[in-house]
Amino acid sequence: MGEILRGRAFKLGDNINTDYIIAGKYTKTLDYAFLAEHLLEDVDPTIAKRIKRGDFLVAGKNFGCGSSREQAAIAIKYAGISAVLAKSFARIFFRNAINLGLPALVCDTDLVDEGDELELDIETLSLKNLSKSIPIPVVPLNKIMVNILREGGLVPYLKKHGDYVF
Amino acid sequence: MKMRGKTIVEKIISSHCREGVKAGDFTVVSVDLAVTHDATGPGVIKAFEEFGKKSVWNREKIIFVFDHAAPSPNEKVSNLHVMMRKFTKEHGIKLFDVGCGVCHQVVIEKGLVLPGDIAVGTDSHTCTYGALNAFAFGIGSTEMAGVFLTGKLWLKVPETLKVILNGGLPKGVYAKDVALKMIGELGSEGADYLAIEFIGEALSQMPMSDRFVLSNMVIECGAKAGLMEADSETLCWLKGRARREFSPVRSDDNASFVDELSIDCSTLQPQVAVYHSVDNVYPISEVEGESIDQVFIGTCTNGRAEDLRVAASILAGRKISDGVRLIVCPASHDELLKAMKSGAIEVLIEAGAVLIPPGCGPCPGTHLGVPGDGEKVLSTANRNFKGRMGNNKAFIFLASPATCAASAITGKITDPRRFL
Ligand code: SF4
Repeated sequence: MGEILRGRAFKLGDNINTDYIIAGKYTKTLDYAFLAEHLLEDVDPTIAKRIKRGDFLVAGKNFGCGSSREQAAIAIKYAGISAVLAKSFARIFFRNAINLGLPALVCDTDLVDEGDELELDIETLSLKNLSKSIPIPVVPLNKIMVNILREGGLVPYLKKHGDYVF
Repeated sequence: MKMRGKTIVEKIISSHCREGVKAGDFTVVSVDLAVTHDATGPGVIKAFEEFGKKSVWNREKIIFVFDHAAPSPNEKVSNLHVMMRKFTKEHGIKLFDVGCGVCHQVVIEKGLVLPGDIAVGTDSHTCTYGALNAFAFGIGSTEMAGVFLTGKLWLKVPETLKVILNGGLPKGVYAKDVALKMIGELGSEGADYLAIEFIGEALSQMPMSDRFVLSNMVIECGAKAGLMEADSETLCWLKGRARREFSPVRSDDNASFVDELSIDCSTLQPQVAVYHSVDNVYPISEVEGESIDQVFIGTCTNGRAEDLRVAASILAGRKISDGVRLIVCPASHDELLKAMKSGAIEVLIEAGAVLIPPGCGPCPGTHLGVPGDGEKVLSTANRNFKGRMGNNKAFIFLASPATCAASAITGKITDPRRFL
């Protein structure tokens, strides 16, 4: 894809669980724009309205813990978030994000403040904090994940290859 | 140098992929069972249909269960149910429709998962089947669509944390208390990316109904799976259920574990997880007396006939407190029948319980007992996150069925040992 993503940082704390990302009561739908409207509502009811296409979610430890509901990653993706950065991710959320083509990257998020301008090169997964003019080292992803991300997610990946190839 | 041995999970994964693997390796595995329910199923179908393929990889190895919002509370859900019924019919996939029970209970009681298997489900509590010596874990809907297409998925082989349950459990203390204690010790991310293997004296004394509680809750400390060996209890439980061959798997004596956690069960008190996180665990003596508005006994954690029997033994000949609602939701149709035959259901209803149909009940917050603003709920479920039961202004405590039953009598969080 070779895409460069740019946007502002929305900072979140530790242990943001999937119920906070999208409340269970909203999940019974295939209307993904509706999910995006309720993103992180129980953490901050105004955040969904303030997010602009390309912005980043920047969290602490264990982002996405809790249920396997993919609606959490879907809500983030459909809200226009370009990537989620965290000190660590809960396992299922991490996989869901990659499989949806939403970059989920582990890095030291203390290097980012609320509202900082960030830039991510999808091809090389190199991340910069433009506001602070510093590069942010990212924990490299495994080859399988990189390939899936590059194709834009698991569906386009399997559509192209028909099976897992690596 | 001597070869290092393998853990259960390393062995199961090795038998499901092309090469022998060890913890830390990435690989692609074949799966033996794929489980989907009504809350995550529509997303699976939507993603699967994007492949444009007419058939799934193996219709015998896929099931759908309607449990999260079943029977349907509104037309939106009803229409999703209609869509899933149509999909399963077209593809010849087995559907367990409304009233059959929580997917995890259905899977285990129908013998759909067996020792040595790899099972995946679009639900985080798929880890429940680890008690049957299977490697089972939750995945997302898109990933499941990939499983429907290929029968495979990628994964990282987890390292294993050994949890040793020493001593026997005292009266009034149950598997749920052990699970809460473990999560309190490890913290909500303490076992992130790891598999847990349970061993120990307390475990070997537990019936399967209790072992499922332990495996069910491992996700609450971040673990990918909660495995156990298949012993005589497991094999006996599987008799009459298993309809294909299987081979139990044990960790080698020289297998390497990342860490160990020992829990002395013999001195354990009943435990309570206080809102809004499952690792916020206290011994009951520190929370006793906290008033509650609703008690819920059910779910894939503690909605089995044995749980209802424990609750009934405490509530027999007693009434629940004025101003408290007691909602009872058997985990499955079969568990409901068992509890009816044992007389437990009658006792619970006589005590003042409301019986709701087998399934998830109010656990995921869709229907059948959503708490009001400021209300406090004591529940046998596995999660107490803010908003979990459908209202982010409610407060959820988690405990064993015995603690829930005792507390329903007094209207306050109560040590069940007072009634034994
Ligand atoms: S009972 Fe609760 S925890 Fe279990 S599968 Fe249903 S919603 Fe999930």
